[in-house]
Amino acid sequence: MKRLLLLTLSLSLSSSALAAETLTVYSGRNEKLVGPLFKKFTEKTGIEVKVRYGETPQLAATLLEEGAKTPADVFFAQDAGGLGAMANAGRLQALPKETLDKVDARFRSPQGMWVGTSGRARTVAYNTKKVKAADLPKSILGFTDAKWKGRLGWAPTNASFQAFVTALRLLKGEEAATQWLKGMQANSPRVYKNNAAIIEALSRGEIDAGFVNHYYLYAAKKDKSELPVANHFVEAGDPGALVNVAGVGILKETKKADAARKLAAYLLEPEAQAYFSQETFEYPLVSGVKSAAALPELSKVGSPALDLSKLDDLRGTVKLLQDTGVL
Amino acid sequence: MKRRPPVWLLASGVAMAALALLPALYLVVRASEADADTWRLLLRDRTWGLLWRTLGLAVAVTVCAAAVSLPLAWLTARTDLPWRRVWTVLLCVPLALPTFVSGYVLLAAFGTGGALEEPLSRWGLPVPPVYGFPGALLALTVSTYPYFLLALRAGLLSQDPAWLEGARSLGLTPARAFWRVTVPLLRPAFASGALLVGLYVLSDFGAVALVQYDAFSRAIYVQYEGAYDRTYAALLGLALVVVTVAVLVLEVRLRGKAGYHRSAKGAARAMSPVRLGRWRVPALLLCGVVVALGVGLPVGVLLFWGVRGLAGPEVTVLGPALNSVLASVLGAVASVLGALPLAFLAVRYPGRLSVAMERAAYGGYALPPIVLALSLVFLGVQVLPFLYGTLAMLVLAYLVRFLPQGVGVVRSTLLQLNPHLPEAAASLGQPPSGVFRRVTMPLLRPGLLAGGALVFLTAMKELPATLLLAPIGFDTLATRVWSATAEGRFAEAALPALVLMAVSTLGVGLLVSQEGGSAPG
Repeated sequence: MKRLLLLTLSLSLSSSALAAETLTVYSGRNEKLVGPLFKKFTEKTGIEVKVRYGETPQLAATLLEEGAKTPADVFFAQDAGGLGAMANAGRLQALPKETLDKVDARFRSPQGMWVGTSGRARTVAYNTKKVKAADLPKSILGFTDAKWKGRLGWAPTNASFQAFVTALRLLKGEEAATQWLKGMQANSPRVYKNNAAIIEALSRGEIDAGFVNHYYLYAAKKDKSELPVANHFVEAGDPGALVNVAGVGILKETKKADAARKLAAYLLEPEAQAYFSQETFEYPLVSGVKSAAALPELSKVGSPALDLSKLDDLRGTVKLLQDTGVL
Repeated sequence: MKRRPPVWLLASGVAMAALALLPALYLVVRASEADADTWRLLLRDRTWGLLWRTLGLAVAVTVCAAAVSLPLAWLTARTDLPWRRVWTVLLCVPLALPTFVSGYVLLAAFGTGGALEEPLSRWGLPVPPVYGFPGALLALTVSTYPYFLLALRAGLLSQDPAWLEGARSLGLTPARAFWRVTVPLLRPAFASGALLVGLYVLSDFGAVALVQYDAFSRAIYVQYEGAYDRTYAALLGLALVVVTVAVLVLEVRLRGKAGYHRSAKGAARAMSPVRLGRWRVPALLLCGVVVALGVGLPVGVLLFWGVRGLAGPEVTVLGPALNSVLASVLGAVASVLGALPLAFLAVRYPGRLSVAMERAAYGGYALPPIVLALSLVFLGVQVLPFLYGTLAMLVLAYLVRFLPQGVGVVRSTLLQLNPHLPEAAASLGQPPSGVFRRVTMPLLRPGLLAGGALVFLTAMKELPATLLLAPIGFDTLATRVWSATAEGRFAEAALPALVLMAVSTLGVGLLVSQEGGSAPG
């Protein structure tokens, strides 16, 4: 009897020790995309992962409301803006140097508060039945030409579009950004809710071209490979070629910092990087891992030289979008 | 006959009203952080423009939804329309479809290059507009008219036939009797339907975003989504609260103080159904068109998407379906129970306080659901940490969100219930609990069921609160659909969306079959 009691006790102790190794992740990235990665991480390390899936901005707002009492240990965000907002609010803790150093400096927080885990390039998706690749402008600025009137689609409420406008402001100045937005407005682009809706409209032929992130097309082609839609990469260094990142940060208040750091490190291991490349068609950010065959090399995409952490001036961008009547 | 309400009733009413006011309180806390610049941003011309656009849409959708629902409610509640119950169930189903899905469906069907655009124009038929005001009007009318339908049906089913018979015996033709007796008696039902539809439109984000109509809730989302600016979003939210208060006050003024219950002696009887005769075909046609738009079209588009993805990865729906049903049923029960004290106080003990408390139930209803969800995150973490992250927290969120739907329907039913009946029962020696159980409850049944059905259907599709407040890993059908559409994987969205509609149909079917009582046939 005594022995049984002891056994039960030790069992319950060991199970509670295991329970201590459960990480809570708030993921602004889709379950379908990153769920399998968390499973692999658990298999490898024995650390359980509980994930709350949602939209990056809404999870960021939730983390801000929860404050120091948050149950979350890790924030896995779809774009640098969400991570920047959390870092600015002082809610993230610095990541270990060896993790940060795996990724090119432009794809991580200068203060080391977050690190990019995969790259997502802005592109112009177009309907191949209606537009010839040669007729597409080399710069995103070319779309203010009157010949594009009524033929374009964009998603001005979408975070990735706003990150691009922020890049435009930083690279070409407020005045140029204002002019571009006004020029675009004059071409009366159709307004969509998100990138997926733009790709959908392109495949129906409702618009001829639209501004999206590069991988939505490949996701859509998984369903229907014969879609008459293709990606056009504008020239290197153009604001329209901005590469934003999805990335990860560790909450300041976590009691499981070690496990959280293991997860962050795992996301930059070759296995995880290859997963992003093959399964989500994003760009791996750690050198030595190949992009999916269908993509041009990240180095050729030529994201403009820009500190991504500066993309956190979203307030200024939203204000500009409102002042120009886009929003 | 002004009496004082029992303390327990008053206490539970106050608790419910306080709960419902939390989101507004949260907004005040957040808005108090605003600086002068943010206030200036709020008061510029664009805000007014947004407000007019949003109000215009709300009024238009309310009028259209009422116009569609009145004949449908009458046909399904009062006539010998064939397959009445089947129609009733099918007509309610659109409520369960998330509006962001309705938006996608509309675009996929009638948008440029959509599945129905070409065939319709080939046959010279008009293609419904999908963008801007007309598109928003169509999408939101189709997805909100069941609010009216359920309220009006509950009203019609509990109406005393003696009113109509009296009017007929005084020589009114059936048509005139309908307009002069039946419809005016439905005023409380209209009022509750109008509040639910109008305020829902103010809060809707999914549909207006997809059909590209710039509305207030979209402006609020933009602040969260793009700018991570909770303060400015809170100011915009408070502006919506002000509008809501204005609407609620206006509605009380318009409602008046008329009595709606029977006053004659004798027992109420079931009404014999009106024979449609040669009107049967047009009546069936009307039901058919509305069901085709609200159910047939989405099912068609979803099947089309689904077939495309059949070869794709498998999608699990059983677990999410059970979760959806569990959370929605609990939410429905909680909302109807929570609505009872508020409705009782307002109807049986009318006064400034009780009316104000009943109105308070609508406190957060016009707010975009994300605001409400965040306010509950705030409440949960700060005040109820032991509930945070549990199913109870989610049910609490549903209660706050859907309390107005319960209150609206229960209240309008209660208004038609003669207070002398319970009094008579009491005088015959029944204790209060017996009166409630044996007299009041059976008479309230249509209202309680209608209110429960309403909450069940809308809770099935609820998204922001479910994403943020459900226990981690608690997938529902709605979160499955969202997860797939957000990444453009429409094929994977089809199955959970179809199951969502099927489960909702079953749920409402069950409720309608329980309706019994005065329902003919």
